[in-house]
Amino acid sequence: MEQFDLALIDWSRAQFALTAMYHWIFVPLTLGLSFIVAIMMTIYVKTGDELWKKITKFWMTLFGINFAIGVATGIILEFEFGTNWSNYSWFVGDIFGAPLAIEGIMAFFLESTFIAILFFGWGRVKPGFHLLSAWLVAIGSNLSALWILVANAWMQNPVGMQFNPDTARNEMLNFWDVLFSPTAINKFLHTISSGYVLSAVFVVGVSAWFLIKKRNVIFAKRSMVIGAVFGLLSSFYLILTGDESAREVFRTQPMKFAAMEGLYDGETNAPLVVIGLMKQLPDPQNPNLERFAFKLEIPNLLSYMAALNPNAFVPGIRDLVHGNEEHGLMSYYEKIEKGKIAIQALSDYKTALEAKDQATADVNLKLFKANYAYFGYGYYDDPHSLIPHVPLTFYSFHLMVGLGMHFLILFIVILVLIFRKKIEKVRWVLYVALWTIPLAYIASQAGWIVAELGRQPWVVQDLMPTLSAVSNIDKGAVMTTFWIFAITFTVLLIAEIKIMVSQIVSQSKNEGGH
Amino acid sequence: MFENLSYLALQQYWWAIVSLLGALLVFMFFVQGGQTMIRCLGKTDNEIKMLVNSLGRKWDLTFTTLVTFGGAAFASFPLFYSTSFGGAYWVWMLILFAFIIQAVSYEYRTKKNNFLGAKTYETFLFLNGFLGTILIGTAVATFFTGSDFMVNNMNQSHWMSPWRGLELAFDFTRYATFINLSLGLGVFFLSRVLGILYFFNNINDATLLERAHKKLLTNAALFLVFFLFFLVNILLIDGFGYDPVTKEVSLVPYKYFNNLIEMPVNTIILLLGVIMVLLGIYRAGFHFKECGSKGIWITGLGTVLTVFALFLLVGLNNTCFYPSISDLQSSLTIENASSSKYTLVAMSYVSLLVPFVLAYIWYAWRSLNKKSITAKEMEDDTHAY
Ligand code: HDD
Ligand code: HEM
Ligand code: HEM
Repeated sequence: MEQFDLALIDWSRAQFALTAMYHWIFVPLTLGLSFIVAIMMTIYVKTGDELWKKITKFWMTLFGINFAIGVATGIILEFEFGTNWSNYSWFVGDIFGAPLAIEGIMAFFLESTFIAILFFGWGRVKPGFHLLSAWLVAIGSNLSALWILVANAWMQNPVGMQFNPDTARNEMLNFWDVLFSPTAINKFLHTISSGYVLSAVFVVGVSAWFLIKKRNVIFAKRSMVIGAVFGLLSSFYLILTGDESAREVFRTQPMKFAAMEGLYDGETNAPLVVIGLMKQLPDPQNPNLERFAFKLEIPNLLSYMAALNPNAFVPGIRDLVHGNEEHGLMSYYEKIEKGKIAIQALSDYKTALEAKDQATADVNLKLFKANYAYFGYGYYDDPHSLIPHVPLTFYSFHLMVGLGMHFLILFIVILVLIFRKKIEKVRWVLYVALWTIPLAYIASQAGWIVAELGRQPWVVQDLMPTLSAVSNIDKGAVMTTFWIFAITFTVLLIAEIKIMVSQIVSQSKNEGGH
Repeated sequence: MFENLSYLALQQYWWAIVSLLGALLVFMFFVQGGQTMIRCLGKTDNEIKMLVNSLGRKWDLTFTTLVTFGGAAFASFPLFYSTSFGGAYWVWMLILFAFIIQAVSYEYRTKKNNFLGAKTYETFLFLNGFLGTILIGTAVATFFTGSDFMVNNMNQSHWMSPWRGLELAFDFTRYATFINLSLGLGVFFLSRVLGILYFFNNINDATLLERAHKKLLTNAALFLVFFLFFLVNILLIDGFGYDPVTKEVSLVPYKYFNNLIEMPVNTIILLLGVIMVLLGIYRAGFHFKECGSKGIWITGLGTVLTVFALFLLVGLNNTCFYPSISDLQSSLTIENASSSKYTLVAMSYVSLLVPFVLAYIWYAWRSLNKKSITAKEMEDDTHAY
């Protein structure tokens, strides 16, 4: 078998993770703030109230600052599939490329055209058209999320395709299966709603700062109401879709699910660990070790949440690795064997074809097809390398869920205080709101860590391991570009934050005390 | 409807779409060309501001065209995407880097507390215009002259040169390097010409336009020199052709010249394009009063036609559009590099959106451009860069 350069793989992963996570700092704010701005502008156009115009313009400026850097970090991602994951690009390009192209044609042009009108249209175009542009920008940015998430969902749960041994790639059989796979739908809905919640937290937090400083009070309160209502509605939706995503993971990626829950031995009537502190990495050779130094559990809940049945069996990491006959689970050992058969059969098939030996080719093709579902497993010898980083997945998941609850409660408290006209007086709530801004970013990044790290070592679940996806480059080149991106993006991020902060401060100053 | 087309027809259709996107991209490079002249045309702060604002309303479209070009290439010819991007790593990384620094520069340049200072952002814009155009032009020239890679029987590619694509621009022991670079420089000077013509159309300021006018002919002359060098050379060299039946690749003498003769419609498009490019320059250069503001449309359309025809020249008529010089049989053609028929059909339906997209871009552009940019406006505009 080919030798894989592990350092190259690690640097390539690090580079992809770095650039994706940077992109994801800016994207969620675009997703939600574009709608919030459109809502504010609608109110302005309906009421003609100049203060609403000021409010709209202020949030729009912040939107623009954030948008520019979102674009800067996005372009690199698109081309990175080719530059760093070229074997992957061929293996899945027939399916994966289409959403990327559609994204450009349908979404990015919509966004970039109407954003120009949104920013430069004041007094140049009719108010109706201007408002329409604001909504089109919001729709455009959410459409860009749709297509890229369809692509990502397909990697988590590949459907609607067939492997073609002659071209050595997966080919699309049904576009609608790819677009409407339950994984894609959940991923899209959960991710955009997470963007809405983050944006709402941002608007509420910045407004809270105005109130703390006692500047722009009416301005801030109006923004806060919009933010909190938008945030409250999105939060419900976020939790609903998150719950559904977890069930989807349970169905299609049981290993990721087990890692998210830190579940080592499968159980029926499995309890849900609400809070837990991990003692050490689960050791599949030594099943009796206690993994949690501390944990708080709710009995039966995990089984119920995973399968809507308190008696359901939830497989743990050990069941997946070693198999579980009682519950009909095939062991990874067996899957690896089948995977190796598939890999060998494919290569024999190719050799036979070249030798024009049709009979042998046919036999091998049949063998290959029977075992293709485990193709990717064949790259491994030790099933334990198929376990993702459990503590990181576990903590990220629990952090995200916990923070999701925190945001929900915060929005409720804020709205209650505003309607009781007490919001300025309860200053600690304002401080909490302000300090929740970074927490929203943390929750959001944690979500992607669950999704992407929990999927390891697969790029395409069960079919393509990360190690065979990578481009054949010298690792020094990847190291160099890693550092170039790390430095550039960090510099740009600092610039962005400084500019944002001074815009916020100067807005608060030029309005005086209101 | 698309289901009834043959696989080959679909591949040709998608090659034409990718070509069109490439052609539109080169036209939109007026943004990049303009960026390289901000310092030499703008002498006062306000003049610089006018130039930046004029370009700033368009940069995102150019950027998006590049992104869509990449997406469309990935979706329709994934083997090209994986071979070229994964192979010529350094070239593409440099190009990407040039675009990363552009994206923030307009928005951040004049903002308070912007960390790097206005000058740095202007340098970013210059670098983007300079590197972006030259490198992309050079990379496209390799479609004619070939690169150093192999593709194995699992369709995985290996780049042979440790320079990872940089050799295509810097290995002066190969004659092809000069051909590659000449297209790169040709695109660079063409972008500057387009930038000047765009300013004629978009800015209303006599001193500034006077200054730009003086630069037009030198840039146009340099463009012509490099472009003609490229064109004459590729018509004379051996091209990479393949046998439509056996798919065997071989070097064919005067391949691209023969393609001109064998695809007469394409040749007419090419000639028409070149004539329009020159006509627009001539009219704007010598009849500035009557025609200055229209030059961008004439030369722009000419650019689109020329680039489009050049792409067709290297992709159709049994020609390898991404040839390999280390292993002829690894060369990519629209037939062996494309997506499956199903995917091409599905995406062809999506491509029906393109005219609609062009229409709304046109409409939006018109409604913003009703007034051209003036010095006075820079002082009171609420959202200026
Ligand atoms: C503000 C951010 C935020 C918050 C508060 C939540 N999520 Fe989330 N979550 C995301 C932001 C996010 C995300 C960044 O959007 C992810 C990453 C990948 C994805 O599909 O969405 C994600 C992924 C993600 C996944 C993994 C999906 C996969 O691996 O394919 C699950 C199971 C959940 N979430 C479940 C939840 C639940 C039950 C929550 C309850 C409150 C929750 N999330 C709150
Ligand atoms: C913007 C949100 C995203 C973030 C923050 C993110 C984060 C990450 C992280 C942390 C990794 C590294 C995992 C590891 O190697 O250990 C990774 C890998 C990867 N992700 Fe994502 N991801 C995001 C979106 C996406 C999307 C939308 C796609 C596909 C359309 C995608 C495709 C990949 C690929 C191909 C890899 C490399 C292979 C691998 O290591 O698994 N990611 N991502
Ligand atoms: C890892 C895969 C990803 C790739 C290849 C990618 C690619 C890109 C590119 C090329 C741009 C610039 C577009 C332009 O020219 O305007 C961009 C911007 C954007 N992307 Fe991504 N992206 C990825 C992940 C995501 C995810 C996961 C989301 C949302 C859920 C998203 C949403 C957006 C949005 C809303 C923009 C608009 C600009 C902004 O960030 O504010 N992207 N992306």
